[in-house]
Amino acid sequence: MTYKNPPTTPRKSATFDDYTLSEIRRAAATGIYDIRGGGAKRKLPHFDDLLFLGASISRYPLEGYRERCDTSVVLGTRHAKKPIELKIPITIAGMSFGSLSGPAKEALGRGATIAGTSTTTGDGGMTEEERGHSKTLVYQYLPSRYGMNPRDLRRADAIEIVVGQGAKPGGGGMLLGQKISDRVAHMRNLPKGIDQRSACRHPDWTGPDDLEIKILEVREITNWEKPIYIKVGGARPYYDTALAVKAGADVVVLDGMQGGTAATQEVFIEHVGQPTLACIRPAVQALQDLGMHRKVQLIVSGGIRNGADVAKALALGADAVSIGTAALVALGDNDPRWEADYNELGTTAGAYDDWHEGKDPAGITTQDPELMKRVDPIAAGRRLANYLKVMTLETQTIARACGKNDVHNLEPEDLVALTVEAAAMAQVPLAGTSWIPGKGGF
Amino acid sequence: MPTVDLAKSSLRELNQALHDIKKGSNETAWEVVNPKGSHAVAAGVDQPVSIDVRGSVGYYCGGMNDGGAITVHGSAGPGVGENMMSGTIVVKGDASQYAGATGQGGLLVIEGNASSRCGISMKGIDIVVHGNIGHMSAFMAQSGSLVVLGDAGDALGDSIYEAKLFVRGKVKSLGADCVKKKMHPKHIERLRKLLDAAGVQGVKPEEFTRYGSARTLYNFNIDNADAY
Repeated sequence: MTYKNPPTTPRKSATFDDYTLSEIRRAAATGIYDIRGGGAKRKLPHFDDLLFLGASISRYPLEGYRERCDTSVVLGTRHAKKPIELKIPITIAGMSFGSLSGPAKEALGRGATIAGTSTTTGDGGMTEEERGHSKTLVYQYLPSRYGMNPRDLRRADAIEIVVGQGAKPGGGGMLLGQKISDRVAHMRNLPKGIDQRSACRHPDWTGPDDLEIKILEVREITNWEKPIYIKVGGARPYYDTALAVKAGADVVVLDGMQGGTAATQEVFIEHVGQPTLACIRPAVQALQDLGMHRKVQLIVSGGIRNGADVAKALALGADAVSIGTAALVALGDNDPRWEADYNELGTTAGAYDDWHEGKDPAGITTQDPELMKRVDPIAAGRRLANYLKVMTLETQTIARACGKNDVHNLEPEDLVALTVEAAAMAQVPLAGTSWIPGKGGF
Repeated sequence: MPTVDLAKSSLRELNQALHDIKKGSNETAWEVVNPKGSHAVAAGVDQPVSIDVRGSVGYYCGGMNDGGAITVHGSAGPGVGENMMSGTIVVKGDASQYAGATGQGGLLVIEGNASSRCGISMKGIDIVVHGNIGHMSAFMAQSGSLVVLGDAGDALGDSIYEAKLFVRGKVKSLGADCVKKKMHPKHIERLRKLLDAAGVQGVKPEEFTRYGSARTLYNFNIDNADAY
């Protein structure tokens, strides 16, 4: 009888995993970094790492469906003559016409309007579809200033000065030539078919002192009527928030690294910026230190998926949240019904992120007239409205369980964390202890 | 002629009065005195009225101007005529950074010198500078014309799209993808009209050199990476 040596099980490297190896091969073959849409896909400390305590002997709950739990929020109370009031604390984040099709923009407007909230333009100007179908429309003021004009500024309900976004703090945009249709080219005043680089930095101001004067100018042009938001990516949330307040913002929009983009380098999305969970408390702290919490409203975005996420963001001190990726999914993005088409593109439903290529089987992130027919703006708008309403109900359910008659009465004291990381970031105790890392206690 | 004295009236009162001008109003000639470096003077004007500003202004004078004829009898701070849509702005003195930034239309005339980033990201505006312009001017300029009677600083027209640049003097250096181009009769004609409109006398279009996009960076190519 011969003894056979036991074979070694093939072992793959955790460092050089399959994805990493495929990226090295792809870079070597194509000579270009990977560009994709969406936000960070890696696992990050997130709202799932927090839990609500609910009511107990020392806290009594409110009756679900019976006792009132307010969800409305007023934005722009600091300086604007015409603040906006939303029925729910969930808004639709800025997404451009150009990156999205006209019917998709219309659907966002319709859904948001049914649910009583706002939608937001993007890098590419304001379209009639979204103005017409959005009761409350936030107009983004971006470094590229594509399509920027005073008429649209004045017919917006609020103005969002975009300094950065969570997917790429410090980065500009890119709309590849495939998506530059005649209409998109006309709105952006550029030749058809070329790659459009959106600047990473505003052309006519640098730094917070200039920004203060820029805001003054925008307020003067709009006769101080419109709330002015400042949107920042999750980079230095304490100082960015403080400086936004100093510059005169009515509202600070803070976007963590799970927040999506239409198209940016994978390396940027995954390696620059901080998770949403890590950004909220420093921003709230800045507002509190300046005596401006609840006077300058804070909108948090980046990876908000359900009512629990909304409730957790509010409990940590946000006034509202904003959704982008989730709203697209509600419209039909990455829907398994198009699986065969996804497979043809070398991907699968749920993983499709080459939004910049303009071949979106779901017809959302495309300018292809045939593909965009797949979005029925009325039906898709209804789905978005349903989803927003469900999220709101979920948020109320949690708030009532914690004994709150307004979702904004949720507070850090209602939360515990499942991991040490989340406890440190959210500055709430690790479950089962009174220990908040960095704050002492056991 | 309505006169607004910024030593007595607030900036808000001035701009509100200008925004309240109705179409067809008889009050078509305005004067602003004592601007003393105020920011956002005559920002957001949207009627074809003339506004003479007697003195120097701060940031964003005439911002988003849509039809007004604004004359600054002094110098202008950063961002004069930013995102102008139509109309004219004339600065009798010098202009600071980002003059005419992202302008979509109209004519901006700087009778003195302009600073860095003149015409940055311009989208259809015409800019005529009697003197010199600073570095990084016409960065990512999309369309419109930038005419410079003097010299241009470093990196002129970096990453330029379809804007046309005409420089009479020296150019310190050209930015990525910006190249010297031939002056065709249509360019001579366009330039002649711009010089006339800007009140430039005794200068011939033939004295200028045209610069524009080589269009090599219009679609990404890894072998161009060292140009960025």
